[in-house]
Amino acid sequence: MKHDRTILALKVVLWLGALAPGAWLVGGIFRGWLGANPAEKLTHVTGMTTLVLLLLTLTVTPVRRLTGWNPIIKLRRPLGLWAFAYALTHFTIWFAFYNVFNVGYMIADVAERPYITVGMAAFLILIPLAATSTKGWIRRLGKRWSTLHKGIYVAATLGVIHFYWLVKADTRLPLLLGACLLVLMALRARVPRPHASRAESETPVGTS
Amino acid sequence: MIIRRPADIPSSEITPESVYFDRRKFIAAAGLGAAGLAAAPAALHALGADQEQEIPARFLDMKSELGESLNSYRDVTTYNNFYEFGTGKGDPADNAGDFRPRPWTVSVTGEVNKPGDYQLEDFLSPAAMEDRVYRLRCVEAWSMVIPWRGVPLYEIINRVEPTGNAKFVEFRTIVRPEEMPGQRYSTLQWPYVEGLRLDEAMHPLTLMTTGVYGMDLPNQNGAPLRLIVPWKYGFKGVKSIVSMRFVEEMPLNTWQQENSFEYGFYANVNPQVDHPRWSQARERRLPSLFANRPTLMFNGYAEQVQQMYAGMDLERWK
Repeated sequence: MKHDRTILALKVVLWLGALAPGAWLVGGIFRGWLGANPAEKLTHVTGMTTLVLLLLTLTVTPVRRLTGWNPIIKLRRPLGLWAFAYALTHFTIWFAFYNVFNVGYMIADVAERPYITVGMAAFLILIPLAATSTKGWIRRLGKRWSTLHKGIYVAATLGVIHFYWLVKADTRLPLLLGACLLVLMALRARVPRPHASRAESETPVGTS
Repeated sequence: MIIRRPADIPSSEITPESVYFDRRKFIAAAGLGAAGLAAAPAALHALGADQEQEIPARFLDMKSELGESLNSYRDVTTYNNFYEFGTGKGDPADNAGDFRPRPWTVSVTGEVNKPGDYQLEDFLSPAAMEDRVYRLRCVEAWSMVIPWRGVPLYEIINRVEPTGNAKFVEFRTIVRPEEMPGQRYSTLQWPYVEGLRLDEAMHPLTLMTTGVYGMDLPNQNGAPLRLIVPWKYGFKGVKSIVSMRFVEEMPLNTWQQENSFEYGFYANVNPQVDHPRWSQARERRLPSLFANRPTLMFNGYAEQVQQMYAGMDLERWK
């Protein structure tokens, strides 16, 4: 079917796009193009990629509603899972290189630094979403799955705040991401769902 | 990477033949470090394997007084903050190519007997020029060890003869948005302003800096003239200085003006006083990955400078 081919093509683009920052970082570790502070570069690139992927995940539903093209929903799960993969990497790099694997340092950071507190909260929220992304969990949770997965709105918001609070003076990029998030949320609120039944339109049918 | 036209290369930067013919030794030595994922970046950077600039031979085995190895010329000149050229750490190296550091005039004003506009060449006596290996501790909790070249600031101050009313020195960076793309945005308020108490400015460790690794400062590091105050966070090291004003009142430095909750006037390196958003107890000595190095009081220069702050509440005067 034509739709299947389009989705396949989009998925190839999605996978290549999602792999690219990671490949660039791994290449940089071996070839030295991450600069004098590789730990900072690894942290910033994985964090930025997480935010971009979260925003792209949130783009799927508005695009679907605006275009009425339902197959695009099949991109939502891989986008969300890639976002989580980068969030997990971001967390691990931070724990390793900033907290030097010291749980005490990590707890102190989370407790005392608001930008880390919100970043950690965003990460913790994403864990159950990633864990319940399988067909089995979608079936088991039923309508509660949709409710649970609204957590991405909170996670993305906290993620943007995390970024905004950590920059020293140049807030243009975090503000841009925040504006994108606002537009996406506004679209969700303003553009009506294409179908009357919520269960039909918003719950992903676990096929891909 | 900076590709210079031959006409731009001063004779001081032309590699002596002896160093040039030895270059393969460095490259071979660097190759040994390439084994092992964690070790690779550190080893390559320490040896400066991929740098264009050949450094004078006297720096090859140079260490700090604590036995620390120097950061490579490449690290020093490709990773730093200089918001006038952009807020990314690589922006200064990428965007400073159009900056013209010569001719250069420094205006000395305020409470001095010999105010005036000084040509750079008249301002610095070449005879007093010396190499100084200092730790540089950024307020962002990374650090390097760098061989600067310059003149002790007190030599300059003594020549312009401060009056009895001079209690502080205020320094300003040049404003040239046409050559400094970062100044086209009001990320900070330009010009960048910094200041020192007069006794800090007169301290023998305080260096008016014109070079690094024995060569003229590259544009991205604050050419042609910048301040280095090794016991303070790096942002006190105001770059591309065009004005020195001797004043009675404490100047309002740029970062304090930007965010007085997070930055003060003194900015002495102090592991016990955290930045509101991160700990200052530890630091990452670049190019290491791990922020595991305990930060030293006054960046390791406590013995020389702590008497200047005797009785001061260092948490309040952060």
